[in-house]
Amino acid sequence: MRIILHIWRQRNAGEKGRMVRYELPNVSEHMSFLEMLDVLNEELTMKGEEPVAFDHDCREGICGMCGAMVNGIAHGPLPGTTLCQLHMRHFKDGDELYLEPWRARAFPVVKDLVVDRSAFDRIIAAGGFISVATGSAPDGNAIPVQKESAENSMDAAACIGCGACVAMCPNASASLFLGAKIAHLGLLPQGQPERESRAVAMVAQANRELFGSCTNIGECEAVCPKDIKLEVIARMNRDFIRAKCGVG
Amino acid sequence: MELDSKSPAGPIETRWERQRFNLKLVNPANKRKYTIIVVGTGLAGGSAAASLGELGYNVNCFCFQDSPRRAHSIAAQGGINAAKNYHNDGDSVYRLFYDTVKGGDFRARESNVYRLAEISLNIIDQCVAQGVPFAREYSGYLDNRSFGGAQVSRTFYARGQTGQQLLLGAYQALERQIGAGQVTMFPRTEMLDLIVVEGRARGIVTRNLLTGAIESHIADAVVLATGGYANVYYLSTNAQGCNATAIWRAYKRGALFANPCFTQIHPTCIPVSGEYQSKLTLMSESLRNDGRVWVPLKKGDKRLAAQIPENERDYFLERKYPSFGNLVPRDVASRNAKQVCDEGRGVGESGLAVYLDFRDAIARLGKNVIKERYGNLFDMYERITGEDPYQTPMRIFPASHYTMGGLWVDYNLMSTIPGMYVIGEANFSDHGANRLGASALMQGLGDGYFVLPNTIGDYLASTKFEKVDTGHAAVREAEAQVAAITARLLGAKGTRSVDACYRELGKVMWEYCGMARNAAGLKQALAKIPELRERFWRDVKVLGSGEELNQALERAGRAADFFELAELMCLDALNRNESCGGHFREEYQTPEGEAARDDEHYSYAAAWEFRGAGNAPVVHKEPLTFEYVHPSQRSYK
Ligand SMILES: Cc1cc2nc3c(=O)[nH]c(=O)nc-3n(C[C@H](O)[C@H](O)[C@H](O)COP(=O)(O)OP(=O)(O)OC[C@H]3O[C@@H](n4cnc5c(N)ncnc54)[C@H](O)[C@@H]3O)c2cc1C
Ligand code: FES
Repeated sequence: MRIILHIWRQRNAGEKGRMVRYELPNVSEHMSFLEMLDVLNEELTMKGEEPVAFDHDCREGICGMCGAMVNGIAHGPLPGTTLCQLHMRHFKDGDELYLEPWRARAFPVVKDLVVDRSAFDRIIAAGGFISVATGSAPDGNAIPVQKESAENSMDAAACIGCGACVAMCPNASASLFLGAKIAHLGLLPQGQPERESRAVAMVAQANRELFGSCTNIGECEAVCPKDIKLEVIARMNRDFIRAKCGVG
Repeated sequence: MELDSKSPAGPIETRWERQRFNLKLVNPANKRKYTIIVVGTGLAGGSAAASLGELGYNVNCFCFQDSPRRAHSIAAQGGINAAKNYHNDGDSVYRLFYDTVKGGDFRARESNVYRLAEISLNIIDQCVAQGVPFAREYSGYLDNRSFGGAQVSRTFYARGQTGQQLLLGAYQALERQIGAGQVTMFPRTEMLDLIVVEGRARGIVTRNLLTGAIESHIADAVVLATGGYANVYYLSTNAQGCNATAIWRAYKRGALFANPCFTQIHPTCIPVSGEYQSKLTLMSESLRNDGRVWVPLKKGDKRLAAQIPENERDYFLERKYPSFGNLVPRDVASRNAKQVCDEGRGVGESGLAVYLDFRDAIARLGKNVIKERYGNLFDMYERITGEDPYQTPMRIFPASHYTMGGLWVDYNLMSTIPGMYVIGEANFSDHGANRLGASALMQGLGDGYFVLPNTIGDYLASTKFEKVDTGHAAVREAEAQVAAITARLLGAKGTRSVDACYRELGKVMWEYCGMARNAAGLKQALAKIPELRERFWRDVKVLGSGEELNQALERAGRAADFFELAELMCLDALNRNESCGGHFREEYQTPEGEAARDDEHYSYAAAWEFRGAGNAPVVHKEPLTFEYVHPSQRSYK
């Protein structure tokens, strides 16, 4: 099938970018979205034009490296799916697709579709962990964990840190990302001692990184490739308020 | 060269304890005076960098992704082994040790494997305490499953995302040390050379992938945790970025490369669908618990699966291996799939696939049970192929998956270059000629959390370090080498893309040094690879400059190293005139067509030494002795 792509091209953070139109006459429906970009890049290279830069690694929907806005939707139209796992059979002959990088003040564009997401790492460094030095742990079965808590914790822990939530949010808020980590650790007995300090430290860092605030719009949940639920944001707020006011 | 494994003698149960006691210690107040470089942030590198930071060392840590959390370890699905015996089903440290030595087809060092089994216990404790949400039973205790044909339930798991959860645990521990200022992280930074000063590893040369800046980093010790080289086949289950550059360039600086031909082909992957294919996706091995593998009896039978009557199907694994059936080990399953396809009985458009059929399991257990067990895998399959495996059988084919070979290390995980350690998949240490399922995660974390932090101090405490700065002649020389390679790639200005050249190399390796090898084929490959390599350097076209984010340049550099490593793999495969584990030489098989080892002549690790470009590498042998697990012929009939 024939696919028309309009792709954001930007040489580097300093220069202005623009949309460029490309036509791909022979896209196989079995290709993944990124394989289509590979084909485009091969063609551009042969023509002597610089290939499109885009981040990717696992191509299995787990590393969180890939991502772009496809017609205004983070990771494209298929729910619960990263861009690398989106296959071309979900599109039809003649479709016109607009590809842009994540847009958020905290995620500056590096080149073309590549952005800088290091703010996420700094948020984890601020408190997204359980402080246990290597070798100091008790036996794995010393503290039983309710099956339900473990399951809910795992649901939140599935976050791949791709940044789609931020990109889709009109406020560019990182609340779904923060909430996912706070819920993952806070739902386990091992995460209790640092539960409040963790929420405070992570939220403070997110503010320093210039992510926006959450106004409960829910676009993040709608595009999250791992189906992280809005509830984690409520949990984050509860832990934060409890820390600040001693209630909640 | 005498290869001294430094592995202690005496009773195997106390070797690690005695070794730790005999190693020198660095005084806690002095630790901050040492700088250690850790390259890689997967399970091995992430856990090592975090643990070294906790101990008080200054750590500089590197990865090529934009965040340490994205290392390839994130993709592991199935689980991690530990001999906890929580299920009272007869497991023990000794049994895990025994299974691993036997599973590796008697080509691993007993001392290392025993230690791995021993520390498997601590790994689980550590990960639970970090908040890894392992699967639980209703009682709240940890759940286990049996994996990869093991007869005990010793595999711990977090849904189908065990690697992700273990890596996030290590990543968070690492970020804690970054926040505390103990570790400095360099993401999007690729190691391109090792700096060796007076025979010792003293640093690395890197390229900043965003700015292109070539920089040198000096340290007292260097740890490589850069993963495996399965991408030498172009198509594999590994992430796109996985590469051999760090270990290859260290090899060229004097580190020996052991058993490069020991690679693992995983039997259950989604088959190739076209030329544009960029990677292969693994479907968990657990599917073979309920799926039945078959092909049509007749050659070239193009009917749909449902139209092929029962008596015209060949359930070849069940037929040939009545007692293990569909659950034979990975290498046996893979080889048999290749064989039926070679006979012209493969299915699908390409004829390079076999069926994995759940029809009978669904009839027996009901669709709901199958959905509960494999729902996410079935969804993934459908997402990629567009076919519904509840209705039509899955099509699967083997794919390159894991590399047992890697840089040679002693019992302390130090390479033949003093001061350079190698951990995780990048070394050759624990899996011999074949790795068991759920054992790579165990080894990565074992090396990083528990072995390396204990052994590296001995080297630091017993070495006098001279001051080296970035003006040193050795540093300048390494930087110049790196700059020359970049300039050459950008200057070739040929007519073919990197992938066009690299794909050809992959095909040759898959054909001649893949699932089955023979001397004639390997000799052909050894003639072809240098030709392809020359063509690559002449014809490759890399646009853009070296002073910016240039993904084609990154890929070209990695491919260039694969063109060299491929040759060493074939040499090693040709040298090893026996079949063992994943290395199947067609000339050496039992009358039943199984791998025939030659313990008399090949019970050694083959460690290759680089002797300069254009010269043949030299093989050194570390003899392997088996005091506890006595070599026997594997049989799955
Ligand atoms: C699909 C899949 C499923 C698997 N499932 C399982 C399983 O269920 N159980 C199991 O035990 N094993 C499994 N394995 C194997 C296991 O995941 C790997 O062997 C293991 O994770 C390797 O870990 P590592 O830390 O050694 O390397 P990696 O995780 O590969 O990390 C390598 C690191 O090195 C960095 N790096 C590499 N080169 C450079 C360079 N030149 N400069 C700077 N940085 C560099 C990378 O950025 C990365 O951080 C699976 C493998 C695959 C492919
Ligand atoms: S490339 Fe890893 S999630 Fe898409």
